[in-house]
Amino acid sequence: MRVVEISPVTRIEGHAKITLHLNDDGLVEDSQFHVTQVRGFEKFCEGRPFYEMPSLMARICGICPVSHLLASAKACDAVMAIRIPAAGERLRHVVHLGQIIQSHALNFFHLSAPDLLLGMDSAPAKRNVVGLVEAHPEIARLGIQLRKYGQRVIERLAAERVHPAWIVPGGVASPMSEAARDELLAGIPAAKEGAERALALLKSVLDRFKDEVANFGNFDSVYMGMVDADGLMNLYDGGLRFRDAEGEIVADHVPAEAYSDFIGEAVEKWSYLKMPYYKPMGYPDGLYRVGPLGRINVVDRCGTPRADEELEAFRAAYGRIVTSSFHFHYARLIELLYAVEKLEIFLKDPDILDTRVRAHAGPNAREGVGIAEAPRGTLIHHYRVDGDGLMTWANLIIATGNNNLAMNKSILQVARHFVKGNKLKEGMLNRVEAVVRAYDPCLSCSTHAAGQMPMEVQLLGPDGAVLDRIAQADEV
Amino acid sequence: MSKQVKLKIDGEYVTAEAGQMVLEVARANGKFIPALCYIDGLKGLGACRLCLVEVTGIGRLLPACTTPVQDGMSIVTSSPRLAECRKMIMELLLSERNHICSVCVSNGNCELQTLAAELGVNHVQFPYRYPKLPVDASHERFVVDHNRCVLCSRCVRVCREVEGANTWSIISRGINAMLAADLNEPWGGSSSCTNCGKCFEACPTGAIAMKGKAVGENAKRAERIARLVNARGGAQ
Repeated sequence: MRVVEISPVTRIEGHAKITLHLNDDGLVEDSQFHVTQVRGFEKFCEGRPFYEMPSLMARICGICPVSHLLASAKACDAVMAIRIPAAGERLRHVVHLGQIIQSHALNFFHLSAPDLLLGMDSAPAKRNVVGLVEAHPEIARLGIQLRKYGQRVIERLAAERVHPAWIVPGGVASPMSEAARDELLAGIPAAKEGAERALALLKSVLDRFKDEVANFGNFDSVYMGMVDADGLMNLYDGGLRFRDAEGEIVADHVPAEAYSDFIGEAVEKWSYLKMPYYKPMGYPDGLYRVGPLGRINVVDRCGTPRADEELEAFRAAYGRIVTSSFHFHYARLIELLYAVEKLEIFLKDPDILDTRVRAHAGPNAREGVGIAEAPRGTLIHHYRVDGDGLMTWANLIIATGNNNLAMNKSILQVARHFVKGNKLKEGMLNRVEAVVRAYDPCLSCSTHAAGQMPMEVQLLGPDGAVLDRIAQADEV
Repeated sequence: MSKQVKLKIDGEYVTAEAGQMVLEVARANGKFIPALCYIDGLKGLGACRLCLVEVTGIGRLLPACTTPVQDGMSIVTSSPRLAECRKMIMELLLSERNHICSVCVSNGNCELQTLAAELGVNHVQFPYRYPKLPVDASHERFVVDHNRCVLCSRCVRVCREVEGANTWSIISRGINAMLAADLNEPWGGSSSCTNCGKCFEACPTGAIAMKGKAVGENAKRAERIARLVNARGGAQ
């Protein structure tokens, strides 16, 4: 038996390594996805005033600080026990859609397109965004423009693209100006075209990946996502819905404060990332998936015309419940289209310029839970405060963490299918990494660890000895 | 009319009234002298030591905020030695408690931050102490975060000299010195505090902040203190 170690895993956000255990016949017996850092936000926020949490917690992530700001501000809203002004809520929706657009564009064009357009077995030196610029400059440009638009939405509202202090407990800090609204509306047609082209592009290459579709985390699981009162997609607010592998809704409109009745968190000693599971099914059977695929599976519809057409086509082709994690890519691009359409709806509503955007209150409740659908999935912030509003306890379930069990299972499936023999081929291992990329994990968020994501694969023998390893910088 | 004195500041002759402090006169003549504990309208204390100046004929550096002008005196407000000392003082201030600008309510509205930038502090050569200090959120409108306090005592003085409530004081000595309300009680329970908010306006950092403010929202108007004092007929 040998153990293969892939370290670091690349083109994902955060640090991780993968170990593959091979048996004497050179077949993969087991695998583990290790997230190798811890950050400790849950601990060092203790003693701080609760209303400082949004800006503090936003520092968890530089990719989707807006999602953290929103989940945190919502938890604070709950601590204040208030209802925020309608315009404040609409503006939070808008800034969040900007976040979804920029993050989904980033994942597809910058992180995943090198695999999808250049090929899983293409030369690793070129299989990155620079290689993509060389081979398909127009596609790379499209990606950059789309991401820029999403960033511009955030910047135009919140003054800063990263870690804006504009999302505050009780609403947002300032209303939207007419000039900002007009500028963002003017960018909608190009953004729509970008999203449409990204989707068309993915669909045009799907045939090349039949083997991957069949084996990239293709298994039954529970799915989780937020839906509005009508069961439509809502990335900012609503209740949690769980669907099982048969497509049955097993829990619906779960309010934020009841999340812990349905989600348990297990710990394994080989990873800093906790293993959340669907409580009624226990650990580890309660494996569930979140993020684009989870959401697309749980919602009845998206609720915008083009995204719904694409969703119908997707379901017609792959079934009502799509089980392959490879289709996170497809689901992500349907969401991208939805986000642009939804953004247009909000921007065209004249009430978006309403100036009453913030409510003020002290700590009227001792506990608050805020949930938002981050680009990577359901993000939960849960705070407890003392009578003066100082934090006494926090629990964070980060989008990526929800998918931890699923990522582990997917890696095992991919490794069993693609990694064979005692000599490792780069293309085999790239597929192991690529399945992780499909989930678009943000590991630095999920464990509150810092930095860019190098990932490593280790090949371990039956005795646990490291027989081979591939770090991204190594030659194969 | 009080007596006029003539002195030299950076080689230029200036006139001042006897009893005025060097800092006041230098600033009135367009000189930049950094200061954190000094605030227009309140008596100088010499606590922060950032306003040190060179006085010809005296070997040690003197704080401009508590050094009265004298006839014939010659002051230097800017020199390599002063720059080095002020920078070091600023670094010591930053290393003493937990000043994390990026998540501070006073980010962008902080005199400590502004002065550090003006003095060219981009590194702190001393090890940070990272003390574990409490946050007192017992007051209805304001919060005291001792992590951000530089012990300038502006709050203590404004409370005593302008409001007359004497709620604030500095207790303990040296590195253990702390701001305390009344007899070291939670601020919210203070029987002397009038909830006027002058300490909040006077505080140069995010140490005394209005509750519910997000990062960067804790804007102060320290110039209000001088305006109030003038409106009441000048300093007592």
